[in-house]
Parts: sequence; C-alpha cells; structure tokens
Amino acid sequence: MNRINKVLETKKNILSIYFTAGYPNLDDTEKIINELSKSDVDMIEIGLPFSDPLADGPTIQKSSTIALKNGMNTENLFVQLKNIRNKTNIPLIIMGYFNPILQFGVEKFCKSCNDVGIDGMIIPDLPVDIYEKKYKPLFDKHGLLNMFLITPQTSDKRIKFIDKVSNGFIYMVSSFSITGAVNSFGFEQKNYFKRINKMNLKSKLLIGFGISNSSTFKDAIENSNGAIIGSAFINFLKENKIEDIGKFVQLIRG
Amino acid sequence: MKISFNVNKMGYYGDFGGAYIPEMMYSNIEELRSKYLDICSEKKFQSEFNELLKQYVGRPTPLYFAERLSKKYNTKIYLKREDLCHTGAHKINNTIGQILLAKRLGKSRIIAETGAGQHGVATATVCALMGIKCIVYMGEVDISRQAPNVARMKMLGAEVKPAISGSKTLKDATNEAIRDWINNPVDTHYIIGSVVGPHPYPDMVARFQSVIGDEVKKQLKELEGTKKPSYVIACVGGGSNAAGLFYPYLDDEKVKIICVEAAGKGIDTGMSAATSILGKEGIIHGAKTLLMQSTDGQITEPYSISAGLDYPGVGPMHANLFRTKRGEFISITDKEAMEWGLSLSRLEGIIPAIETSHAFAVLDKKKFKKDDILVFNCSGRGDKDLDTYIDYFKL
Repeated sequence: MNRINKVLETKKNILSIYFTAGYPNLDDTEKIINELSKSDVDMIEIGLPFSDPLADGPTIQKSSTIALKNGMNTENLFVQLKNIRNKTNIPLIIMGYFNPILQFGVEKFCKSCNDVGIDGMIIPDLPVDIYEKKYKPLFDKHGLLNMFLITPQTSDKRIKFIDKVSNGFIYMVSSFSITGAVNSFGFEQKNYFKRINKMNLKSKLLIGFGISNSSTFKDAIENSNGAIIGSAFINFLKENKIEDIGKFVQLIRG
Repeated sequence: MKISFNVNKMGYYGDFGGAYIPEMMYSNIEELRSKYLDICSEKKFQSEFNELLKQYVGRPTPLYFAERLSKKYNTKIYLKREDLCHTGAHKINNTIGQILLAKRLGKSRIIAETGAGQHGVATATVCALMGIKCIVYMGEVDISRQAPNVARMKMLGAEVKPAISGSKTLKDATNEAIRDWINNPVDTHYIIGSVVGPHPYPDMVARFQSVIGDEVKKQLKELEGTKKPSYVIACVGGGSNAAGLFYPYLDDEKVKIICVEAAGKGIDTGMSAATSILGKEGIIHGAKTLLMQSTDGQITEPYSISAGLDYPGVGPMHANLFRTKRGEFISITDKEAMEWGLSLSRLEGIIPAIETSHAFAVLDKKKFKKDDILVFNCSGRGDKDLDTYIDYFKL
C-alpha cells in the first residue's frame, strides 16, 4: 500500500509539513526531512521551487526565489533524494508547479519520483480535468498518488468529481486565500468545514492554508483528518536551526 | 474539414491555450467561461459596447493611406489609426468590453495588471467612467520607469499597488493580480490586458479587439474595392493589437499575417523578448503557450526598450500562428524600432509608440510588391515614450 494511504488509514490528527527544497541552503533537503521524520510529523511535502508560484503567498515565494538562487532545480532534487528511503519511511509528497515538471518530462518525472521513493504529488496548476484525461495513467504506472485542492468556492458537483478522481487525500483550502494569509479561523470557515464533512466523501480531508499555531491546528483537526503547515514552517526555518525543528512541531501539536 | 486558426470549444488554438489554473481560480474562470459568449452576444450588450466605442473611444478609427511611406517603399501602405483612440492606444477597446461584462456579472471591484501603464490607464479610465473601484498592479521597477502613467491612473481614481515579488515587472504584476483574485473571488473581476492567461481570456480579449479588423474590412472595401489586404502586420508582446487586426482574417489564408516581435538588443544577447525564437512550449499565467524559460522550466525575464513588448510569453493564438506557419514572425531590435519611430514621425507626421514602431521596421526586412496592400496596426501613440525618445535621440 502507498505510504500516504497507510498513514491516512491508521492515523488521526495528521500533521503534514511543507518546506521548500533548497531553502534556506541548497543542501538542507535531506537534513530537514530527517529532522521532521524524527519529530511527531506524519507526512512531508517537499516544495519544488518555481519562479512564479501563483497559488502561494509571499513567504513561500520568497523561499522559492532564494532556493532557485541557491541552485535548486528538478535534477538536483532527485539527486538529493537518492538515498532518502534508507533513512525514513515517512510519506513524501512533492509539491510543485506544472511547468518545471513539463520541461523535465512528465513521464521522466514520475519515474524519477518512483525511483527515489516519492509517494505522491500536489500540482496546484494542473487541474483535475486535464490530469484525468491526460496524465493519470502515468501517475498510476509509477505508483504516485495525486492530491487535489478544494476551496470554499468549489461546487458540490466538482467536489464529488475530485473525490472520484482522488486516490489520496483531498487538500481542503481553508479560505479564499493564498498560503500564509490568515491567523485564525472564523465562523464561515468552520461552517465550510462542516459542509464538506457532511458530504461523506471517500477521500480523507487535510486542511491547509493559514495554519500557523496550535489553535488553528486544533480547529483544523476537529474538522478533518489533519492539517498541512507551510508558510509558518518556512518562517521558523528562517530564524531557527534545523536541529530545533522538533520544538516547532511540539508547539503546533500543543 | 478546413483547419481553423481560431479557438476551439475546449479553449485551445491547436496545441496551445487551455486553463492551467489552481483550483482557487476555478470558480471565477468557470463563471466567465460559461457566461462570456452569451453576455457578449446580447443585443443590449452589443449596442452599449458599440455606442461607447463610438462616442467615448472615438471609433471607427481611420484607415489612413500613408502616401509618402508607400511611395518610398513602392507598395500600398495603410495605417489603422488605433493611436487615435481615447487614452492613446487600442487597449481601451478591451477594457470597455470587460467593464460592461463585469457589470453584468455583478462585480463591484476591478483589478488589472500593467507593464508600461497603458492597460492600467485604460482600465482606470473605464472604471472612472462606470464609477467602479479599481486596483492596478504594477511592478515596482515599472512604477519608477513610467511615472506619467502612474500619475494618470491616480488622477483617474485608481489605486496603484506595487508588485514587489520576483523581477518586479509585468509578469510579477500579473502574478499579484491573480493572487488578489484568489483572495477576492466573489466581488472582483480581473481585466487582463492582452490575449494571454487562461481560457476564456485570450478569446474574450481577441473578440473585444476584433473591432479593429472588422473596421479594416469595411474601410478597405471603400478605399480599394476589396476587403482583403495582402498583408496584415502588427507588433506582438502578449498580442492583443495583433489579434484584433488579424481576427476576421485568421482563416482566410489569402491574407498573409506578419507578427513583429521585439529582438531587444539582439536575439543572442540575452536581452530580448523574441518569444517565437527564444521560447519553448510551457505554461505561463494559466495558458499553454510559447514562453521564455530556463531549461529547468523557470520563467525568464525578457527585455525590450518598449515596456509593452517585454512579456516572456505570447498569447496562445500567436503561438499557434507560429507553429502552423500561418503567421510569419519577424524580430526587430531596439535600434531599428527607435529609428522607425523617427522615420514615421518625419514621413507621415505620426509619432508612434515604440511598440508600434517595431511593426513598421518590417518594411526594411521584406520586399513587398507594388500592388500589395499592407495594413499596419498603428496601435498606439508615442506620447508615453517621449522620455525614451528624448534620451535616445538626445532631442
């Protein structure tokens, strides 16, 4: 069974952490993954940096710009991840925009993911419709799950379609917002979480965007199977040592 | 069946186009996609649109026979005078269309991106006209380069927000506008200024600009007894003025299409915006098209002396014109364009925008026959570029 599905089936209150590969330093990728695996984290999203990350806020864009300046690229990431499966069994997801993947070659990308032990992908600008028509067989062939986003604006009909195509979790965007933009969840957001939960989807739900501390994390896990943290972790890395990642995770877990 | 060079039902021009958008944009794009054709074909919409184009923009713009230019090059040269439109360029045809559309969609807030500021001014203008709130994203670098247009937008009541990410130019302003839209999906309409972005934008903007080509057809019939020129010629950054001129001729291969790109300091100098030569198929701002990028798929910063042409991609319509060879692509350096700015001023008494000057330089690159009819899109006037002309020619 895919490592992501195993975690989704066996764990509650899932914490998934995003970081940008190549940030703060080019060679931090392995160190960050190892440190996260040692702490109380259930999944890791490795951000493949892109020059024009439309769906991300300023924190992640800045970290991407620095990562690219440091020399991070697709080829390099796979080299850095070459031996990662000797060290950890934690589910690993690559989150990246579609153009770098397209230039690398979608099939070659999927194969490389499988070779190093990546379990799934989040590609915000590859819509579910195009994925289903064109790329799903490639992902399936290489054992990769693909996770899709839904937002408060996504219609029930489309959510059902996304649920049908999904084979991992559904990434529930907490609000009308790019990453890192909110600090606490309000009435409207909680209603949205409830509405989705009532739909009885087959896919598990993870809430992302705007989760930055133990109280937003708590709100999220009350309404879903878990939460994804990105910007807050990037901000942590900016000011703290990689060895202290465990402390960040503890703070979130509360 | 004959191949069409126009958009298909799925939003593609051949291999190019589509909507590669994050889910956060889906509801907005889907709303537009499902409604734009119906709204635009409403009688009331059309009469309002045409009335504003006539009374407010000053259409139809003349199709002017450039006698001295024609004599010099021994061919028949017509200029479609979009430079005479209100606000000084063709850009306003599109913003009029989109503001009427936004009103019908019930939107109360308008956002736009701008490079040189022309589209920003055209958007601020129609927002003032309709009394709708307007926010224009502009790269921090461009804000300092284009002070007069920033001032115009402010006078018109728009808020100009600096894009401080990435290279701080047009592509980043576009990113910021898209982010704004993601954060404000309910009350906001995003007026994109060119035939770029996810479907239906390229088609919608092309339709609003197609008034240019439609007028040419009528005017040429009166002047020359034929609706069909031998060539239609326009500069291409994102490609909206070109799309507007070409639109009614796309599938009539007797009319040849020439797209003129900015070579900047030269194709091989690393300071260029000639996307057809330097670009590769990829995805930018939600569309599959040709774009300038690193081998790793990072979008690279283009360069041209003319701010309206330094976009790292071209619209999907143009990418398809290039790939299918329906259009001929010619690139013109800064120097050639600047000299043509001066030539057109002295030969015809028309000071063109530097973008527009690029198109005319084709006359030195290609031999035309005596009885060929050439229609150039004289897309904008040079007032906004005076500082650049002053610097360049030490006027």
